[in-house]
Amino acid sequence: MNNDYRYENRKFVIVGIVLAIVVVFIGRLCSLQIVNDEYKQHAESNAFLEKTIYPSRGVMHDRNGKLLVSNQPAYDVMVCMRNVKELDTLAFCQALGITREFFDKRMSDVKNRRLNPGYSAYTDQLFLGQLTAEEFAMFQEQLYRFQGFSIQRRTIRHYTYPVAGHLFGDLGEVSKNDMAKDDYYRRGDYIGKQGIESYYEKQLRGEKGTEVLLRDAYGRVKGSYLDGQKDVPPVPGKNLTLSIDVELQALAERLLENKIGSVVAIEPSTGEVLCMASSPTFDPQMLVGRKRGENHHLLSQDKQKPLLNRTIMGTYPPGSTFKTTQALTYLHEGIITPETQFPCALGFRHRGLHVGCHVHGSPIALVPSLATSCNSYYCWGLYRMIGSERYKSPQEALTRWKDHMVAMGFGYRLGIDLPGEARGFIPNAAFYDKWYNKHWNGLTIISISIGQGEVTLTPLQIANLGATIANRGYYITPHIVKGIEGEPIDSLYTTPKHTMVDARHYETVVQGMREAVLNGTCVGANLPGIEVCGKTGTAQNRGKDHSAFMGFAPMNDPKIAVAVYVENGGFGAVFGVPIGALIMEQYLTGALSEESQKKAQTIQNRKIDYGNQER
Amino acid sequence: MAIRNVNLWRSIDWVTIILYFVLVTFGWLSICGATYNFGEHDFFSFSTFTGKQLVWVCCGVVLALVLLNIEKKYYEMMAYPLYAAFIVLLIATRFLAEDINGSYSWIDLGPFNLQPAEFAKFATALALARLLSTYGFSMEKRSDVAKMLLIIILPMLTIVLQNETGSALVYLAFFLVLYREGMTGSLLAVGVCAVLYFVIGVGQGEKLLESMPVNVGEFVVFLLIPLFTALMVAVYGKRMSRAWWIAGVNLGGTLIAWLFSRYVVPFDICIVQLVLCGCTALYLLYLYVLSRYASYLLIALFALGSIGFYYSCNMLVDKLKPHQQMRILVLLGIKDDPTGVGYNINQSKIAIGSGGLWGKGFLNGTQTKLNYVPEQHTDFIFCTIGEEQGFMGSAFILILYAVFIIRIIMLAERQGSNKFTRVFGYSVASIFTFHLFVNVGMVIGLAPVIGIPLPFFSYGGSSLWGFTILLSILLRLDAERESRF
Repeated sequence: MNNDYRYENRKFVIVGIVLAIVVVFIGRLCSLQIVNDEYKQHAESNAFLEKTIYPSRGVMHDRNGKLLVSNQPAYDVMVCMRNVKELDTLAFCQALGITREFFDKRMSDVKNRRLNPGYSAYTDQLFLGQLTAEEFAMFQEQLYRFQGFSIQRRTIRHYTYPVAGHLFGDLGEVSKNDMAKDDYYRRGDYIGKQGIESYYEKQLRGEKGTEVLLRDAYGRVKGSYLDGQKDVPPVPGKNLTLSIDVELQALAERLLENKIGSVVAIEPSTGEVLCMASSPTFDPQMLVGRKRGENHHLLSQDKQKPLLNRTIMGTYPPGSTFKTTQALTYLHEGIITPETQFPCALGFRHRGLHVGCHVHGSPIALVPSLATSCNSYYCWGLYRMIGSERYKSPQEALTRWKDHMVAMGFGYRLGIDLPGEARGFIPNAAFYDKWYNKHWNGLTIISISIGQGEVTLTPLQIANLGATIANRGYYITPHIVKGIEGEPIDSLYTTPKHTMVDARHYETVVQGMREAVLNGTCVGANLPGIEVCGKTGTAQNRGKDHSAFMGFAPMNDPKIAVAVYVENGGFGAVFGVPIGALIMEQYLTGALSEESQKKAQTIQNRKIDYGNQER
Repeated sequence: MAIRNVNLWRSIDWVTIILYFVLVTFGWLSICGATYNFGEHDFFSFSTFTGKQLVWVCCGVVLALVLLNIEKKYYEMMAYPLYAAFIVLLIATRFLAEDINGSYSWIDLGPFNLQPAEFAKFATALALARLLSTYGFSMEKRSDVAKMLLIIILPMLTIVLQNETGSALVYLAFFLVLYREGMTGSLLAVGVCAVLYFVIGVGQGEKLLESMPVNVGEFVVFLLIPLFTALMVAVYGKRMSRAWWIAGVNLGGTLIAWLFSRYVVPFDICIVQLVLCGCTALYLLYLYVLSRYASYLLIALFALGSIGFYYSCNMLVDKLKPHQQMRILVLLGIKDDPTGVGYNINQSKIAIGSGGLWGKGFLNGTQTKLNYVPEQHTDFIFCTIGEEQGFMGSAFILILYAVFIIRIIMLAERQGSNKFTRVFGYSVASIFTFHLFVNVGMVIGLAPVIGIPLPFFSYGGSSLWGFTILLSILLRLDAERESRF
């Protein structure tokens, strides 16, 4: 092993390298710490504190210019641990109205870097958020006694009316996820969590500004840097004008009290949503301020799910309101003409299948079938269509049928400017092929012709159907925000979408709906001096029938289309028709007549018992 | 083989043990300083970093006691199997580990996480020691060299796959061991040159020389290349006069070009320098053809390679991922933006600079507490030392480190013909040196921001245990040494 000693001198090179590194490092330390004064000065005057200035969030008005959502001041209690001295804990707790336990817990939470990673004993940390003006007044009187505590102003939402909580949504602290998705947000920022606040977050939030402050080595602010030359002023959020009529919204929510259900009204010519009520609901003011967490928890635990916006998230069988779509499809496809009559002997009877109906003349033509809501007529129609020789197969017929439904706005999200919209469901041929292993025909799927079976729609889609019929064949995607300050609304909300059915067929269906109000199932919707068109719906389900109504008025110059859906409300005429009529009256005449006032009071008081199950 | 009873108590190296405990104690105190919150702070509570670190230290000592009682022959026997097991573990980690900031290197073991890359170092060191001490091993044999490089490069690759390039670079430290064991010295020299070209060439790449259209970095690199070439000719060539010729012609030519550019027509001198370097290489090739002396060919290749390396570095900097690129650029002072990427280094320098000669005193640092400095208890722990203990304290720690590493080299050197222990000892010394160089260099702004821990100082069980294992195996091997004379 001679070789072994050959390289022994190399140990000096290696030791030399180690020593060289250490000598160079010590030299560098010498220059950083002793020779060069620059870094020491840096540390003393150190660090600019970039303080964020929050812009005011955009406010919301209703279609008549009434202020709905605005900002109000709130006060955060801040603590700087380093300066807390000789604190009279008891007096402090009394001034804030908190318990000793809560105080101890907050103090330790603030210091816990796991919960509060930005903690420093030298800087202000949030101790208690969002005091109301009254709480603040109480506390401020005594603030001088509590060294180390201070107040920081911020703004929170204020709601003028206790309505439309589902539409506005709420504000909450950003989650990790939000921060990962958008660099704009920092820990502790607020972000729209639901509804319009969420959908229009970018417009409402504005742009944060910054104020560059100097602080010393202890983190104490020493004043503004370069007299504020580097400050960036915040850009306030944009104000929104909603298409909602707040009076109408309040009436709709009132009428739905004690019931589970939805009311949606749309202006057919623009697609603007006039009111959108979902019951049970909540006062938006509940989700503001310090009680937010507690209230949110209460609401989310409620078995009737008050946080759910049923108008767009609930999907229901549309029942007989759906017959209008069937009439239109059969007419357009040439399956029937307005003169075609079908027999109805207390229902549809064919090859042993029976779909029940009620007493009316037989055979019956299209317009009276809509007026009396004859099941049999539509069963025959669908049976004929699926079996028709115009199409190569039942599959092709159903595909054609589905295309009509989709063109009318069903089966997919309409695209309203609210988060969480459901699609509803329109079955297609592939669905039945799978379900019935390809053995199906018109009879198998007959119930979809009367809005039962697999078909489900959201109340918004039903209202949109009303608007489409009012427009005689097109709709504009329903939307809640009709104006954004300084920018146009999405072109989606100004472009008409046409269905596949000719306008002249719509005219026939309108006749049927008018007849229903004059002599049919919707007589309760007949308003003096206004030509109302309507269609009831009574949707079967596991419990008691759902009560539905879809209508619009006036017939030849439609100003409002409305859909009402009351869960387990019984016949369409029981809740659907009167609520729909009151909504139309309120909107078209600006107020309710005395008689209608009484009617509204009665409906408001009528309670449906839903038991104690989860809804 | 007779069972040899080693008296551990007598033959173990107490100097190293004392140095170890001194370093670990200072490390723990530094973590106290870095995480101290003011007010009532319980350093021993398990919910704090200091409390946990204390537990890791105790576990580490237990681990060391176990390792000290395993005989050398078992380490020799287990070297390859252990190495193989760690390679498998490293590969498995890539797939088992969860994504933590893009890195897949931590295995979740419930109460704590382990980073296998920290432990693979000792297995690699053992395997390398085993290979180099095999009878008949020679650096002249290609197959042996291939095996040797494979042992070093395999763990590097697997760690790079975990997206932990910083930890992978540590394995470069083994080349220092190879140098000690006979790897040709010019390789080390070439490595040093490459680092210099990179740092100067890319670092000064955006500055211009006086009023001329000349890039400072390029200018200096093209000045260094002929100088190094001349130096090599002086060392390896036959005649000193040739070295003087090369240096003289290059410097003279550059000077003339500089004067011309300065006073007559401004132009890019680097073109002249490039031509001069090219001519130097051709001259060396001519000498090679004339004398058939291989050194000239190699030196010519070195000159040409240097030029190629400089240009490819410039290319590479454009190709790196933006954050890596920024890390290099920031180090080199190109993008010195206090609120941007340079923030970490800038704040770290401010914290150290504010320490002054004597420091602000234990637990009295303010820069680190206000969270100006990131990762103050792990990668940037040296900041706290600099701020609280000042120049005296941090220089003392560096000197202590130097003593510690040199002591390990001494242990390695006193092994006589026992190559296994020597190679392992040098591996330990090299790993510590590399960590010290990169970590402290990063904190004081001399090396790129590469996230590797400062041994015994940075918070974390995995790294502490990794280093403790390296050291305790070395102490055991050393305890079984045979006297050289």
